[in-house]
Amino acid sequence: MTPDLMEQGAERLAQYRQKTGTVITQADAVYFGQGVALYVDEISVSFDGFKALNRLSLTIDVGELRCIIGPNGAGKTTMMDCITGKTRPDSGRISFGSNIDVLRMSEPQIAQIGIGRKFQKPTVYEQLSVFENLELALKADRGVRAALFHRLSGEQLDRIAEVLLLIHLKDEAQRTAGLLSHGQKQWLEIGMLLMQDPKLLLLDEPVAGMTDEETERTAELFLTLEGQHSLVVVEHDMKFVDQLTQGRKKVTVLHEGSVLAEGLLSDVQANEKVVEVYLGR
Amino acid sequence: MKPAILSPKAWAGVLAAIIVMAVLVPVLNLLVPESSVFHLGDFTVSLLGKILCYAICALAMDLIWGYTGILSLGHGLFFALGGYAMGMYLMRQIGRDGQYKSDMPDFMVFLNWKEFPWHWALSDSFVAQMLFVLLVPGLLAFVFGFFAFRSRIKGVYFSIITQALTFAAMLLFFRNETGFGGNNGFTDFKRILDVPVTTPQMRVILCVITGLVLIAFFVMARAIVQSKFGRVLQAIRDAETRVMFTGYNPVSYKLAIWTLSAVMCGVAGALYVPQVGIINPGEMSPAASIEIAIWAAVGGRATLIGPIVGAFFVNGAKSWFTVAFPEFWLYFLGALFIAVTLFLPNGLVGLLRRKKEQRT
Repeated sequence: MTPDLMEQGAERLAQYRQKTGTVITQADAVYFGQGVALYVDEISVSFDGFKALNRLSLTIDVGELRCIIGPNGAGKTTMMDCITGKTRPDSGRISFGSNIDVLRMSEPQIAQIGIGRKFQKPTVYEQLSVFENLELALKADRGVRAALFHRLSGEQLDRIAEVLLLIHLKDEAQRTAGLLSHGQKQWLEIGMLLMQDPKLLLLDEPVAGMTDEETERTAELFLTLEGQHSLVVVEHDMKFVDQLTQGRKKVTVLHEGSVLAEGLLSDVQANEKVVEVYLGR
Repeated sequence: MKPAILSPKAWAGVLAAIIVMAVLVPVLNLLVPESSVFHLGDFTVSLLGKILCYAICALAMDLIWGYTGILSLGHGLFFALGGYAMGMYLMRQIGRDGQYKSDMPDFMVFLNWKEFPWHWALSDSFVAQMLFVLLVPGLLAFVFGFFAFRSRIKGVYFSIITQALTFAAMLLFFRNETGFGGNNGFTDFKRILDVPVTTPQMRVILCVITGLVLIAFFVMARAIVQSKFGRVLQAIRDAETRVMFTGYNPVSYKLAIWTLSAVMCGVAGALYVPQVGIINPGEMSPAASIEIAIWAAVGGRATLIGPIVGAFFVNGAKSWFTVAFPEFWLYFLGALFIAVTLFLPNGLVGLLRRKKEQRT
């Protein structure tokens, strides 16, 4: 994804919002009655004629862990941009639960209703401590006044301690986040997502730059989250995908902005079309 | 779990600063005889008062630039607006003691105006004008910031627009028709609250008030950056998209600190004008705003105390240089800025902190 393509998307989104006005929706109002966390319905995005997404449809169930793979430029990051409000699709619908129209909301609103996102490049607040990074992500009133007079309660402290333990950064809590290793920053960002307590987590290449051991621990962590949260993991590392799917979960292959194949990892890997896309003709 | 606003040692420093400003300065200037080595000259007091005003601006700059990462090159405008609001009141206080012995300020008589323009309606009320000192810069900053931040104007684009804003305002205030005295601005003040303004006593009083306001602003700024609000500001500086995807709306945070910063500059301007006895559109020149950023950078961004140190250091150097080597001041300022950018990214305070860490 090139920066100017993303800027175009953001610009189009801004225009759209001016036309429609934003609608504020309560987080509690998400309705998961049909067992589906996310509907992506025929969304298309094009940048100057280049179709980044082409009538892409996808359904993620509540509590599901879904891996999405695909070659570079398949539209994986653009798809996440659309779901989190960063880019506005030209057509199609995205709904969170069965009742919330994501396309009518701004990025902060989408985050507040329970969609968390991890970026490809780890983005943490480098000048703040690990603890403070988590504190800011903690689910709480996001208003200015609330932030001015905010005090951490005992429960919230416990929650931070719990997540610190989970992401193996307990001993680094007071360290400046900028001094962490690349893998630790990835973990911290995952920890920040967990602090938000989102119902749906979108993870863009979460193990990029991690050591094998860190990758394995990340897989374990995600497997414990499965069931309580819905997870969408975009990843290139097939070994990691294999660890996550445990040979029984569905994998989605994206190519040229739409779904090329869906099924078990072993089936997908045997699929001729998929092999062709990955290896070239 | 809330960190203290200041460490006990720092509170002692604040107390010491209050004693220096409220007791030492008046005593040394007014009570100690001029022959004594401890006497504080009138020139020093007025220089101190002036630099204290600049230090308030530098502190305001630190909140918006150092902590939030938004470089304003138009803070001189808010300073000047506060100054003009105070200046209007001071012009009315001249009464009939002006050149033309008229109820109207001299420049209006000169322009042959028979009555006050609409925006001078409340100018003879001290309370109203003091409210304008806060409201005018605050409101302008709020409206400008609302549109700029909502449109997601960032980085160098934002800086350039603020620079253009202060330049446009300067051109507007240069015009006689605007009703602010054109390029001469306001001067020849006689009284404030019916008390003569040019006496040594009044000079000390204004200097002391400025010092106390600076200290109060410092403690307030410290409380802000220690709060969760302050940490969100720093988060916006370091990774704004992450802040958005965590559910915060950066627009309201930026707008709040931007407006506060502008109001602080307005207050500084209002304290500045009676002390230097003049306000003119020169204060809105782009260079004046850039200097504020230089003070903050030299002292050390995101340290609060740094920009105050920077304002004292640069302006102290300026008042010495412009006497000793008047031609070389601008070269020195330029060289200083380059040197700080290259060698002291964290300014003077950053240098001191590094030295201290090395020793321990």
